[in-house]
Amino acid sequence: MTDTPRSQAPRSHAPGEPVLVVEKLAIALPPGADRPYAVDRVSFTLRAGEILCIVGESGSGKSMSANAAMGLLPETVRTVGGRILLGGTDLLTLDEADLYAVRGRRIAMIFQEPMTALNPLMRIEAQIAEVFAAHRLLTPRTRRSRALELLAEVGLPDPARAAASYPFQLSGGQRQRVMIAMALALEPQVLIADEPTTALDVTTQAQILRLIRDLQARRGMAVMFITHDFGVVAEIADRVAVMQHGRIVEQGVAADILERPRHPYTAKLIAAIPDMEAGVEQATQAASRGSVLDVEGLTKTYTLGGGLFRAPRTVAAVRDVSFTLGRGETLGIVGESGSGKSSVGRCLVRLQDPDEGRVRLGGIDMAGLSGEALRQARRRIQMVFQDPYGSLNPRVRVGRAIADGPIAYGEDVGTALKAASALLERVGLEASAADRYPHEFSGGQRQRIGIARALALKPEIIVADEAVSALDVSIQAQILDLLDELKRELHLSLLFITHDLRVAAKICDRVMVMEKGLVVEIGPGAEIFSNPREPYTRSLVAAIPGRRARTTPLEAVASATLPEPIRTPV
Amino acid sequence: MPRFIVSRLGKMALILVGIIILNFVLIHAAPGDPASVMAGEAGDADAAFLQQLRERFGLDKPLPIQLLTYLSNVLRLDFGYSYRQGMPVIDLITDRLPATLLLSGSAFLISLVLGVAAGALAASRQGKVSDSVISTLALLFYATPLFWLALMAVLLFSVQLGWFPGFGYESVGSGYGGLERAADILHHLVLPALTLGLFFMAVYARMTRASVLEVSRLDFVRTARAKGLRPRVVLVRHILRNAILPVVTLAGLQAGQLVGGAVLIETVFAWPGIGRLMFEALEQRDYNLLLGIFVVSAAMVLAFNLITDILYRLVDPRIGAAA
Amino acid sequence: MTAFWVRYARNRGAVAGIVILVLVLVLAIAAPALYPRSPWAMVQRPFLPPFTNGGFPLGTDTMGRDIASAVAHGAGVSLLVGFVSTLAALLIGIPIGAVAGYFGGRVDDLLMRFTEFFQSVPNFALAVVLVAIFRPSLVSIVAAIAIVSWPPVARLLRGEVMALRGREFVQAAVLSGQRTGPIILRQILPNTLSPVIVLGTMMVAAAILLESALSFMGLGDPNIMSWGYVIGAGRTVIRQAWWVSLFPGVAILLTVLALNLVGEGLNDALNPRLSRKTR
Repeated sequence: MTDTPRSQAPRSHAPGEPVLVVEKLAIALPPGADRPYAVDRVSFTLRAGEILCIVGESGSGKSMSANAAMGLLPETVRTVGGRILLGGTDLLTLDEADLYAVRGRRIAMIFQEPMTALNPLMRIEAQIAEVFAAHRLLTPRTRRSRALELLAEVGLPDPARAAASYPFQLSGGQRQRVMIAMALALEPQVLIADEPTTALDVTTQAQILRLIRDLQARRGMAVMFITHDFGVVAEIADRVAVMQHGRIVEQGVAADILERPRHPYTAKLIAAIPDMEAGVEQATQAASRGSVLDVEGLTKTYTLGGGLFRAPRTVAAVRDVSFTLGRGETLGIVGESGSGKSSVGRCLVRLQDPDEGRVRLGGIDMAGLSGEALRQARRRIQMVFQDPYGSLNPRVRVGRAIADGPIAYGEDVGTALKAASALLERVGLEASAADRYPHEFSGGQRQRIGIARALALKPEIIVADEAVSALDVSIQAQILDLLDELKRELHLSLLFITHDLRVAAKICDRVMVMEKGLVVEIGPGAEIFSNPREPYTRSLVAAIPGRRARTTPLEAVASATLPEPIRTPV
Repeated sequence: MPRFIVSRLGKMALILVGIIILNFVLIHAAPGDPASVMAGEAGDADAAFLQQLRERFGLDKPLPIQLLTYLSNVLRLDFGYSYRQGMPVIDLITDRLPATLLLSGSAFLISLVLGVAAGALAASRQGKVSDSVISTLALLFYATPLFWLALMAVLLFSVQLGWFPGFGYESVGSGYGGLERAADILHHLVLPALTLGLFFMAVYARMTRASVLEVSRLDFVRTARAKGLRPRVVLVRHILRNAILPVVTLAGLQAGQLVGGAVLIETVFAWPGIGRLMFEALEQRDYNLLLGIFVVSAAMVLAFNLITDILYRLVDPRIGAAA
Repeated sequence: MTAFWVRYARNRGAVAGIVILVLVLVLAIAAPALYPRSPWAMVQRPFLPPFTNGGFPLGTDTMGRDIASAVAHGAGVSLLVGFVSTLAALLIGIPIGAVAGYFGGRVDDLLMRFTEFFQSVPNFALAVVLVAIFRPSLVSIVAAIAIVSWPPVARLLRGEVMALRGREFVQAAVLSGQRTGPIILRQILPNTLSPVIVLGTMMVAAAILLESALSFMGLGDPNIMSWGYVIGAGRTVIRQAWWVSLFPGVAILLTVLALNLVGEGLNDALNPRLSRKTR
């Protein structure tokens, strides 16, 4: 009972030795799904001391083999063939009782959503200690001290405090570190990381990636890293397997695949990553054509909580923000979550009321309007939203959803519906789409409908709030192209709010960087990205996954005190 | 926590004042003279007596003054006099209150403990026989009228089988004392507490089952399983603790119904609590008594609510910290 | 619509519920034809046990009234009170909840305090007091039931509307210049329909229980035969004539059970759990 996990841990593997072997794995989807197999005869080998990235878009089945290895598949799917060998044992043949010894002990897993992956009612310390308890290791007291060591190892600044916290008291990045600490507790041979950084801000993502890289190298673990982001792949992978529709279409050494993809799908995915340099040269002749929107001293403070006997808490979301948007210009507002970038957009269109400041739109101050005057001014500035599923009313036909705006301004229903059909064609859908309901469309198509709706009122300005963030990269590129095209054709000005600097670089003429409600810097995209002046901008740009990898060898990322990551030839 | 309790007590006091005002409104909205409402049955009280009542409660004064008088009376626990029973209303109520607290308290505990246990069991064996049995029984009891169930329980367990007394609070004239008396009361308590508890047990079982299934799908449960925890540990430590929160909320909301149910159960079992008193007041059209009972039962519900709120905070660290 | 019925029919209990409900409805409609005489009429000797006389299969009560006739006539009253009072409760609760949820802030605070107040009051006790003070009649019973049952509707609507109000399609409607009234009526309320229908069905069941409990306490409309009244009348003679209370109780149980089953079936059919995306 008092053994340390180290002494009890299963024998460690020599670098390069296969640890987890997946052979012709087949996982069936329930009848009625869009294809018979979630995973179709997939084979790959995970070796000690390497990071294998499984890459694919949503629905490619990339998480399935990992969940199968853990015996954690959703109830609707089941394995129908193949083997998953861990040290000679086929995990698929193990029953639940044998799997307990594997889970957490020999294979550990971390997940995408750090915000929901921890039990909200248990202290961090208890959740880590529980791992030892489950495998009957250590004494309660040593479990606690070991938990503190682990929290220190994953770089939490105040381990004692983190240990005593509840999850809701920690940030997303901190929670993900806790998840990693928990996964490392029993020194597993294999760490499965399922999109562990997707829900995180870009700088936090960079830190977590570095942490995983460090720990992997220090402990010689095998890491299966599941992601949709080739930038992340470039950052962290030794080898890559690309999945599409449940099949592996290509696998090999990371550098080879990134430089010379052989399969067209891989090539397409890599090409779809917005290239940081591409948008830069379109610089701004636009700005000379005069401004269409002048924002001055915009300020918004939220008041949270407060009640009969409680003092409210205030958060300054937007602090004295000023900028101009040129006619025909695309201005990007970039920042991490909590930077206030979305609040700026929402204050402009008056989905929120700013506390102070002016929003001048061709002689009118939008910030001071209300009632009917606001309603009339609003048609000049429209919005495209983030969530392709939430932005359309499920009970309203698409054509009517587009026509509702013009109808509200007095256009007759027939004309408005006809115009809606034309708009649908303009954004690349069929006119007949007007008679259908939103659930009949894919995410990308819905986003096109959202754009058509924004255009219906013939606005001068479109605010796009994270308009492509919920889409797969290949779709993302199409929507960005469409927006750019429409902007030129209809002489629109575009305010493009995003957390993704790569997207901003692709589409924006000028970029405004925000942090904690303040404007950090504003300038032409080319300058901001190639030569950031402010330290914060520099850290943002440096954190963009995949960017550094192209200029700096991966090894340089890991701290010098650590042993070199082990490379294995395929 | 103390701050929270103080703020809750403040809110409770406001609601209680609201209820007293509602009472006042009802007295005045009732068909007929407020004095005759207070005296009991309308029409047959003599004029001098009614005049005396009017003076005592200031019924000839303007309404706001009357309201203030009424409020201050009730807040000093003066609910007036029950002329039917020949006793002050508050004495009648305090006399009967312990029996009601015993009945509804034990029914609450039984239903919560057994309901949560049954619901958790059903959820953990989803689709198996034990799940079907529990779910079906819960569905049945959820649809059964309480008073009818009570009558049938009397018929079966008291009249037919003779296992439990079907009537009263203790054996009359037995001369029991101490433990013997307690055992006798407990024996009398079994049927009423169980029948009252059954309906709520069904409610909590259904809620717990649904909640457990819901929570089972959450990410942190997957984390717990990925750590290699045994299903029982996952269920008790991770799922159940989270799943029980909505049940506690519901239990708080159901407190009002529990008191209402007690009225019916006490009527059937001649259980000498305020529910039975309410039935007597109805039969005798003793509205003053009826309204007094109403205020007291509302206060009881508020107390139940406070208890469940405190329970909730003890289980969920997030709420206390947000304050 | 067919997809809806397919999903509904997958729940066998829900189908049974519909069948029972239709039977109760038929009984209610056919009662005047089946038992043309008043259910209050004394038609046989008192305490006639059931299954002994073909003309009176469920026996007679303490006054020699036909229990089968009472059960048949009571069906209509139960359904009527259940549906009308639920409708009234929806008419109170939906506007309050929708306004509180949409406008938030002070309006919400005020309306929710009001709702909380009604939710804190023990609802059966309030119904008893209301019916007693305003004299038992069909109207006072329906009104009392509606007054004590609307708070859950308001809370449900408030939650739904609040969630929908934050949804992007509603924000898009605001930005496209649509006015508040049409946004609430056209964009938001239709999306709350499913949970309201489900809750409404369950509320009819609860209202029937409440009505029977009031009648049992002697607070039924004195001119109308109801199931709860018959059970109440049989209460004191349960040792001699169990059947008086048994049959109307079974009728309540079946009707309420059927409504709850239908509610669950509707819930399954209207809110199909979105199949989780496979990654």
